[in-house]
Amino acid sequence: MTTTENSATRVDNSSTPVILGGARGGPDVTTMRTDRWWLAPVITVAILGSFVIYATWAAFVNKDYYVGANMHRDLISPFYSPCLTQSCVATGAANKAVFSWWTISPALLILIFPLGFRMTCYYYRRSYYRSFWWAPPACSVADSHKSYSGESRFPLIMQNVHRYFWYFGLVFNVLLTYDAVMAFRTPGDGGIGVTIGTMVLCLNATLLWGYSLSCHACRHLCGGQVRSFSKHPIRYKFWKFVTPLNAKHMQFAWVSLFVVALTDVYVRLVASGTITDFKLF
Amino acid sequence: MSDVKMRIWRGDKDGGEFENYSLKPQEGEVVLDVIHRIQATEAPDLACRWNCKAGKCGSCSAEINGKPRLLCMTRMDQLPEGEEVTVTPMRAFPIIRDLVSDVSYNFEKARQVPAFLPPPRPEGGYRMSQADVERGQEFRQCIECFMCQDVCHVIRDHEENKTNYAGPRLFIRYAELEMHPLDTNDRRDLVRDKMGLGMCNITKCCTEVCPEHIKITDNAIIPLKERVVDADFDPVAWLGRKILRRTKRTPAEASVQPEA
Ligand code: SF4
Ligand code: SF4
Ligand code: FES
Ligand code: FES
Repeated sequence: MTTTENSATRVDNSSTPVILGGARGGPDVTTMRTDRWWLAPVITVAILGSFVIYATWAAFVNKDYYVGANMHRDLISPFYSPCLTQSCVATGAANKAVFSWWTISPALLILIFPLGFRMTCYYYRRSYYRSFWWAPPACSVADSHKSYSGESRFPLIMQNVHRYFWYFGLVFNVLLTYDAVMAFRTPGDGGIGVTIGTMVLCLNATLLWGYSLSCHACRHLCGGQVRSFSKHPIRYKFWKFVTPLNAKHMQFAWVSLFVVALTDVYVRLVASGTITDFKLF
Repeated sequence: MSDVKMRIWRGDKDGGEFENYSLKPQEGEVVLDVIHRIQATEAPDLACRWNCKAGKCGSCSAEINGKPRLLCMTRMDQLPEGEEVTVTPMRAFPIIRDLVSDVSYNFEKARQVPAFLPPPRPEGGYRMSQADVERGQEFRQCIECFMCQDVCHVIRDHEENKTNYAGPRLFIRYAELEMHPLDTNDRRDLVRDKMGLGMCNITKCCTEVCPEHIKITDNAIIPLKERVVDADFDPVAWLGRKILRRTKRTPAEASVQPEA
């Protein structure tokens, strides 16, 4: 039953000897859990894995991401917004193309930001450390690493840049909200209206705002960082507003991930002519 | 109803093994009741720590079917019926005997927390507003059961980290002090350098096991990590301090220095 011997058996400065380590109780096994603790990591790997595969494919195909005036709509996939390069075929924006030298998929430039945002997100970190890195795979199941330094050294110390990705995330939220507003346009089909595509883009933008506003860095920057709420009443109000959202950050993380992919699928299906974007009113 | 089958770890630092006990079930029992019945009958020498039997003293922490639980708050009818119930001592700490482990590690880490340091008492005494009082309330619910420390893989699976890691129970203490409007100590560099805040990878097992439902990770550890970012990883904040010619607050020394 003995496990590791500890080098630090005693910490000094005290008159009573203090035992930090020593022989442990219980059998030397990975876990004594009998429930299906492996289920959650398996599901996480499946979902995150499929998303990454889909997003990589969608970013490289470089077509069918825009539904324009020829189809009486104005819908752009979130993976390709904002329209950046000449290869981007969105109506007005194509004229203002900024990177004429960039000929491969513009999504590759754009996706760095949401990818960095989600990779450094406290919630996703928890999920992939558990499911991909097995540190630990589940609670009271031994992690599978010889030594462990967590996020205290390079490269994982870089997770501390999360708040900058959050700022970029806000910029993207504004752009995608703009896209959602533009999605009300139905050129040559009444000029303005609500279609399924409009609703999908609006839902996507709303969930992305939910995801960003519930972010832990946001909660800290809004007011969590102050020592005294009573001296900062406005920031306290902000903090009180985002705190309940923050408690739902996990839900926002999953649902918004799903809806971003769904939005891309929907725009793709309409753009390729597989389905028609039904106009509600 | 079928008999309850208990598989209990018996042993000390020199070794141990499981012993099986079988008893008639009784209505509304918790695991601690069953252990007391075993002590009263088959095994009077079975060691187990307990005190309040009401989930408030934090003495009876152990692991039931591999998960840290309070023996006095786990009802037998919550566990899978007809299956053996395994009870082992907390795994992250050295064993004393049977279900009792030596939790001094936690007290040592508690002693190292730099004390609350208020400014000189103004005339009429200190004042604190309700909002500020409420903020730390959650952390004061802690019953010091140390199950969060036990489940934390940083020390559970890596004994060598114990010297430089305070653990979730103490992180809530650091957070409470850092959020106290009257405190003037700055413990941010200390929690980063010597108390191992960066070793926590926010996998939230501490939150999962806390019997007081304290949101340890979301409300204490992540806010502390963000404060460390303010202090050490945020160039904008750094520039702001330079321009406004502000310095960080005096970094507090650990009241007891941990071994290098
Ligand atoms: S969240 Fe951090 S402190 Fe809590 S159990 Fe996980 S690694 Fe340990
Ligand atoms: S924080 Fe919760 S789990 Fe940790 S010692 Fe306190 S009551 Fe126990
Ligand atoms: S986006 Fe998840 S914590 Fe910031
Ligand atoms: S005996 Fe006090 S918490 Fe269980």
